[in-house]
Parts: sequence; structure tokens; C-alpha cells
Amino acid sequence: MSMQQQYDLVIIGAGPAGMAAAAEAGEAGLNTLVLDEQSSAGGQIYRRIGQPVLQDRSILGQDYYAGEALLAGLSHPLVTHIVEATVWEVSKDKRLFFSVAGKSREVGFKKLLLATGAQERPVPFPGWTLPGVMTCGAAQILLKSSGLTPVEPLVIGGSGPLLLLISCQLIRAGVRIEAIVDTTPVSNYRRALKEIKGAIKGWRYLLKGLRMLKEIRSSGVKYYQSATELSAAPGADGNLASIGFRTGTVQHQLACQTLLVHQGVIPNTQLGRALGLAHQWDEVQQCWKPTLADNGNSSHPDIFIAGDSGGIGGAVAAEVQGRLVANDIAQQLCRTSGTVNRVNRLRKALAAQLVIRPFLDHLYRPLDMFLRPQGETIVCRCEEVSAAEIRGLVKHGCVGPNQTKAFCRSGMGPCQGRQCGSTVAALLADELGNSPAEVGYYNIRFPIKPVSLGELASLDQTD
Amino acid sequence: MTESMRSPRGSSEVAVIGGGLVGLCIALGIQRQGLEVTVYDEGDIALRASRGNFGLVWVQGKGDNLPEYARITRLSAKLWAGLADDLTQHTGIDIQLQQQGGLFVCLTESELQHRQQMLAAMAQEHPEGYPFEVLDLQQLREMMPDIGPEIAGATWGPEDGHVNPLYLMHALVNRFESLGGQFVNAGKVNNIVPQSGQFLLQATQGTFSCNKVVLAAGLGNKELGPMVGIEAPVSPNRGQVLIAERVRPFINYPTGHVRQTVEGTVQCGDSKEDVGLDTGTTTNILAQIARRAITMFPLLKDVNLVRSWGALRIMTPDGNPIYQQSEQYPGAYLVTCHSGVTLAAAHSGPIADWIATGANPTVDLEAFHGRRFKL
Amino acid sequence: MVEDLSFKRLPCNERAAVEIVVEGRKVIAYEGDSVAAAVMHAGLRPTRKTALSDVGRAPYCMMGVCFECLMNINGKANIQACMTEVREGMVITVQQGARELVGEIR
Ligand SMILES: Cc1cc2nc3c(=O)[nH]c(=O)nc-3n(C[C@H](O)[C@H](O)[C@H](O)COP(=O)(O)OP(=O)(O)OC[C@H]3O[C@@H](n4cnc5c(N)ncnc54)[C@H](O)[C@@H]3O)c2cc1C
Ligand code: FES
Repeated sequence: MSMQQQYDLVIIGAGPAGMAAAAEAGEAGLNTLVLDEQSSAGGQIYRRIGQPVLQDRSILGQDYYAGEALLAGLSHPLVTHIVEATVWEVSKDKRLFFSVAGKSREVGFKKLLLATGAQERPVPFPGWTLPGVMTCGAAQILLKSSGLTPVEPLVIGGSGPLLLLISCQLIRAGVRIEAIVDTTPVSNYRRALKEIKGAIKGWRYLLKGLRMLKEIRSSGVKYYQSATELSAAPGADGNLASIGFRTGTVQHQLACQTLLVHQGVIPNTQLGRALGLAHQWDEVQQCWKPTLADNGNSSHPDIFIAGDSGGIGGAVAAEVQGRLVANDIAQQLCRTSGTVNRVNRLRKALAAQLVIRPFLDHLYRPLDMFLRPQGETIVCRCEEVSAAEIRGLVKHGCVGPNQTKAFCRSGMGPCQGRQCGSTVAALLADELGNSPAEVGYYNIRFPIKPVSLGELASLDQTD
Repeated sequence: MTESMRSPRGSSEVAVIGGGLVGLCIALGIQRQGLEVTVYDEGDIALRASRGNFGLVWVQGKGDNLPEYARITRLSAKLWAGLADDLTQHTGIDIQLQQQGGLFVCLTESELQHRQQMLAAMAQEHPEGYPFEVLDLQQLREMMPDIGPEIAGATWGPEDGHVNPLYLMHALVNRFESLGGQFVNAGKVNNIVPQSGQFLLQATQGTFSCNKVVLAAGLGNKELGPMVGIEAPVSPNRGQVLIAERVRPFINYPTGHVRQTVEGTVQCGDSKEDVGLDTGTTTNILAQIARRAITMFPLLKDVNLVRSWGALRIMTPDGNPIYQQSEQYPGAYLVTCHSGVTLAAAHSGPIADWIATGANPTVDLEAFHGRRFKL
Repeated sequence: MVEDLSFKRLPCNERAAVEIVVEGRKVIAYEGDSVAAAVMHAGLRPTRKTALSDVGRAPYCMMGVCFECLMNINGKANIQACMTEVREGMVITVQQGARELVGEIR
């Protein structure tokens, strides 16, 4: 049995939040370990930023290459970055297990920072499981890490900043887009207007959005607004062949081989859930997020959260949060830390980043059909459970997702509820006439990522 | 408006406290007798052995210290096929009962010997016969070709089997409700007040009355029992279970530690730990369970673990059930056991009949009275 | 006519070429590609059949969340193709329903 290694700080996730935190922690003299399951640093937005793939830098734009500046933090002598490291368990006594190339290792920590980012919000609609339907984020990842563009004819459908961004990026890459089907409901614009003050303060962001819209318009791509009733249908081979939707009273049908969908992003809470950290329901963002103190501390005194996994704030906010939290941790561990001035500057920068959020949250609140699907629409992709089945279970006394899970296996497949958890809670709330806050969420158990029995058995220390 | 939202009735002939496997089986059995039954349960998150168990209908070795327990276990195993048929026929839910026998795999010779001695002693106590067989590795391999080479052998019980415990729960609720029973998530029942031949149940979300009350609240019975004059010295005992991804069928009989479900997932368990009300999992125990499973079936080495959980068994000091009517407040009953899956058919049959009509079951219930703990 | 379902490659910076075998066909991928990216470039769709109803699925999220990209890689079933980088000589096949244990390395 080997002695487990001990770190001052372990950071899970090498996105903007994790990289920035690592830089600060190294500077402050903390012995720091950064773990990420990806093969290179960058997280979702700065994927493969260390070795950019595309020759034409204008395709992804400045915002992507801004991530290059964060890489330096990971090469600080006190910082160790392990790639392709999947964290599958963290125990309450501050031990952490991760897997690299089929072998598990254990380390101990004084403080833990979860910087595990966001996942795209599950968007159940009829046909979303067909081969050929994928998320806008997925298309962007293919573009960033492999320089690949989707099979045409291509339709992009949904709502949110990322939808506009990937559309622009693909247009710049010369990809032909049949149509953009924007599902943002008109009523959202009215609601968002109430938050216009914040939007004006965050004018830089607003301007970016307007520029993207303009870029799309001038490209001549067909743009449908306020679309509803999105559906996808297969061809004879079982793959995506066409999509349908409605604008006003007009029914549309378009043939396509790829449909990219998006309805915003939500915090990746799997690890925090498994740790039993306190979470709260955010009614505006329609998602769960961990309950955090101002300094990013979770309900466990030694576990902190920064970046999108603590609540959606975007890449720049994630970076600033990473710095602030690492600073605070350094102070707690009685090492040097940033001057008061600097911390204040960071706080201001963070506030400036977050000021636009209420406007965006209201503007891009998904259409009801995606939050509370009906009928035979599949909700749990892994176990192939439909919305009707979940709704029907309320009749049998189910008042929460753990009961429905037991009755129909929703959430029991390999994704462990990541794709159905929020939807199942929303459906139960819909049937019961209450809110997801009352309905609750799946009990998440370790391992949060699959680990082979052999790998687990190798940790047995008895003989 | 959905059915479960109709307001719960204020009073019923029989109230069952606890909507786990034990409570539901009893409730279904009593409802079948034509009485109006309401089940009161806590909601989505509660200590639920019914949702965390291993799904075995297990006979071999049960009741080695109490022949009556062995008898009621075997009776239940016999009645199980009827229960399963009834549920599947009326609810359309296949609860996946398989009763083609089960194996208890022993890793070492001494483990095997120990087990053989225990079963042989039990056979002596059961003049009606107590079927089992001891298999060496060779014989075992003939039954299960994928068994590993480092195994001493196994004991075989022809009456053992397994079922999908979650679908069983689902089917029980459906069947119970279709017969007119009511399942109410009224939060915790905090107090029971015996009142002139009736009982008042004070729950978090309302107060209800009933003529008869059955305490089937698992670990909650410890608190509830004394309110109707019954001692229920139950304590939690944790079992950790891990479940591996779906694979094509390769384990044809359930074993005490590993079983393959009809879906193809492989369940491995289960530890016995005295850790209070902690349903968590610990890596070192899971690692031990995984190692044992791989020793039994080396093919499992590369199979992915997808979930794990801890669940609390409800243990009495001698491990045997309590079935008892209150002497102080007749009409109040307490039912508790740690093998609610195996005993499901006994509970929905003879035990429910005993509570509903006073009919004496074929098994002597005197042996299950809680007074045995006071001696 | 056989439909071309391959994702197209834009002009990229120099990366080492990696030869892999997808459904028995030799395919060139590049260092840093995930297996999911490589098979989509090769035009493979679907990449798995579900265990429950044998319907086709393909990579959906590309970030390790959905588990739709499970494939058989070098004889091992149910590997997340979007989280696995290509390596020289990798043999990749469609995941057909539930994992078959027989035939895997004992
Ligand atoms: C698909 C997608 C595309 C996006 N594209 C854009 C965009 O183009 N522009 C934009 O402004 N915003 C975009 N966003 C939002 C943006 O990514 C976030 O605001 C920002 O990346 C948040 O940074 P972070 O450090 O919190 O998380 P992330 O950048 O997501 O980093 C989290 C890291 O944690 C790792 N991780 C998670 N769990 C584990 C585990 N158990 N073990 C090991 N490692 C783990 C992940 O691999 C990841 O690298 C996108 C979001 C998504 C989901
Ligand atoms: S594509 Fe979603 S996990 Fe791989």
C-alpha cells in the first residue's frame, strides 16, 4: 500500500475557473493539484487552447484565443496538472479518488475547489434522440478540438447566446446553414426588458450579441423567430431526416442531416450532489445550483465552488471567481494572499460581469415544451422513459424523483440522471402543482463517473 | 387533477404506517379481505430498505436460530409464485420473479464447511425436510460456467430465487390502489393516540383516525411501537450494494453476493455494518465487494460500476421478525423483519389475514412475539 | 446513392496523423481527435444501438455528460468515445446493445 499524496488544494476542472485558481494558488505558495478529464487544459470554452487546431483564427474569434493567457498558471512549479484524470469519488474525510488510463489513485487535500463547469440544459422534444441531433456545444467542441464541421444540410434550433455564437462561427467557416430556428418566446423579450438596466450596464456583452445577430442576418441564412413545436423525424435508416416546427400559424418542415440544439447551460452539480452539499432551486434560470457563501464556500467548510458549476456567469466571471476563491483559500491556510486592493478590484470585475445575467436569464428562459415535455417524448435517454410515463407515476403516489426512479428506472442509466434529472423534477412539479424546489432531486451516489469493478477492487487493502 | 391529489380520507378501517415493502404487502392483503385500508408514508426521501435491497427471495440458511422463522420463510417462498402471478396479471408489471434455486458461493474451504454444518444442523431441526446441496468447484462450474478458479464451492438451495424489488414496489402500489386502497404521502406520523377503541394518527400533514393500525414503519417502529404498548428494539445495519452496467446474461442463478437482473445489470453486495443511520457508501467496503465479485466471476473485471448505495437493514437483536398484537391496545399490530422481499408473500397472505380476520396462520406466531427480548 | 454522413475537416494546423480502424475500415484521424470526432469524420451513424429497443444513437453532447457515444474500442465495450483520444491502431466498432462479456479479455 502506497502512502497517499497530500495537497493543500485540489482543483477539479481546468477551465477558466480552475486555471485561474491554480495560478493564484501557486503564487500564494499552495501545493496544488489540478485534475481534469480532458486531454488538455481549457475547459469547455477554451478547449485545446494550448494547441489551437484551426488555421483560420477568425473562425472562433478573439474570445477563444483570450484563454491562452490562462495557461501559464498551470506551469507554476507548485501546480501539478494531470490530464485525462476522471474524478469519481470524493469522501467526506477529504480523500479523493481519480482514474487515469484505467488506474485509480487516491490523494488527500486540505481544501477542495470544484470548478467542473456547466453542462448544456437537456432539451427533450420529439426526436431529440435521433442520430444526427446534437447540441450546439458538441458542434463547437468538434470545431475547436478537431476542426470538424457538421454534415449538411444543417439546421440550428433553440435559444441562447451559444446558439448565436456557433451559428456565426460556422458561417465564418463557410458551412451552409439551411435555417436557424430560434425558439425564444416573444413574451421573454417583455420580461427581459424589466432588467434592461443591467443590460445597459453590461453593454459590452449586449453589443456582442447584436453584432452576432447582424452577422447572421447579413449572411443571408434563413432565420425563423419565435418558433414552437420543434420536432425531428427519422428517415428509413433511423437517422435524422427532417425537422418540423411552427411559426405563428404556419407549419414548417425542413429536410436535414444535422440538427444542432441548445437551450442554455446549467451548472454541473453531480459531484456536489454526491457529496451531499446543499443545493437550491433557481426559479429564473430554471436549474439547481449549490448554495454558496460570498467566498465560494459550499455547505462543507473545506469545499469551495467557482465558475459555472456554482451558477452560470460565463467564462470571464468564472476566471475572476477562480482567483477570488483561491485567494480566500490561501488566506485560510495562513499563507500570503492578495492585497485588499487587488481583491476589491476582482470583486468589482466580477460584479461587472454578472450585471447582465438577469437580463439574459429572462430573455433566454426556455420554451415550456422543453422544460415540461408531454406525451411520448423521451425524457430519460438511457432507460428510454417517456414524459407520459413519468407524469403517470404521480398517480401512484410518487411525489419525488427518487420514487419515480425506483418505479421506472429513469435516472438509473450510465448518465446517472444528468440528462433527465431536471426534467423529471419539472414534470413531477407540473403534475403535483408545486415547484421543483419542493419536488427535489435524485440522490446522487458515487461513483459519479463509471469505474470498472477491477479498478475499484484494486483499491481493496485487506488481504 | 391527479388521483393522488384527491384529499386523503380522514378515517379508515385499517391504517398501515409505512409504505415500504412490508407495509404495502400487509395493506394489499388486508384490502383483499374487503377492508378499507390507507397506507401512510413519508415522501421522496426517507430511510428506505425497500428501495435499497438486493431483491433476493432467499431461503437457505434463514432461521438457523429459530425454526419458525425458517418455516415462515419457506411458506412465503412457496406462496411467492401466486403473488407474482396476481400482480402481473392485474397490473401488467412484470416483477421478474425467478425461483429456480440459488447459490451461496464460498471462497474458502473453511467458509464452505461452516456453511455445510449450519445447513445440516437446520435439516435436523426440520423433520419435514430441508433441501440443500453442497457443490465443489467442479459441480459448481457445471451450473455456472463463468465461475472463477479460486472458489471453494457453493451451497445450493432449490427454493431460492430473486425478483426486481423496485418493480415489486410499483406493482404493489398499483394493485393496492386498484382495489380501493389509498396511498398517502402525509409526511411522518409523529404520534399515535389510542382513543376509545380507535387510533388517532398525527402526521406532519394532517390527523387521521382508524379502527386498526399496523406499524410497518421499518426503523420508525422503534419510536412508534411504545405509543401502542409494543417494544420494538430494532436497529439499523448497513448494507452497501453496487450495481454494474447492463451485460448480456451470463449468471444464471442468483447468489448471496452477486446476481444479474433481467435487465442485465449486475448487483454486487452486500456488507453488514453497524453504522447508525448512515446510508452512505465507503470506498474500502465497495472495493472489497468488487474484489469478491471478481473472484467469483472474473469476467466482471472490466465491467463498469454505474451506481452504488448504502441501505439500512432493520435488525432485531436476534435477526428474526416481530409479529405482534398489542395486549394493551388490541387492534394495534407491529410487523417488522429484515427480509421483506422474501417474506412478501407471507405478509400479503397469512399475516395480513391474521390482522384482518384474526385467522390463525399455519405458522406459530407466538415465537415472533417481542417478549422474547425481555427474557 | 450512399449518403455521405461525414463531418468535414477545415484547414488545420499541423498534427500527427493516426491510423485507426472504424467498422473494419482504415481511417486517418489526427492527434487530439476524440474517437467520437474520428468516427463522425468517417461518416459513421449511428455509433451505438440501445440495449433496450435496439434503436440507433450517436454522440450528442461531446463533453462526457450524455453517454450516448458508448462504443467498442479495442475489444472493450461501452467506452465513452467522446472522452477517449485516438491512438495509433485503435479498432473501433459500433456498440450493439448490451455488453457481451464472452470474447472479452478474461
Ligand atoms: C458546450 C459548451 C460550450 C460553450 N461555449 C461557450 C462559448 O463559446 N463562449 C462563451 O462565452 N461561453 C461558452 N460556454 C460557457 C462557458 O464555457 C463557461 O462560462 C465557462 O467555461 C465556465 O468556466 P468553468 O471553468 O467554470 O468551467 P469549464 O470550462 O466547463 O471547465 C470545467 C472542467 O471540469 C472538468 N471536469 C468536470 N467534471 C470532472 C470530473 N469529475 N473529473 C475531472 N474533470 C472534470 C471538465 O472536463 C472541464 O474541463 C459554453 C458552455 C458549454 C457547456
Ligand atoms: S457524446 Fe455525450 S458523453 Fe460522449
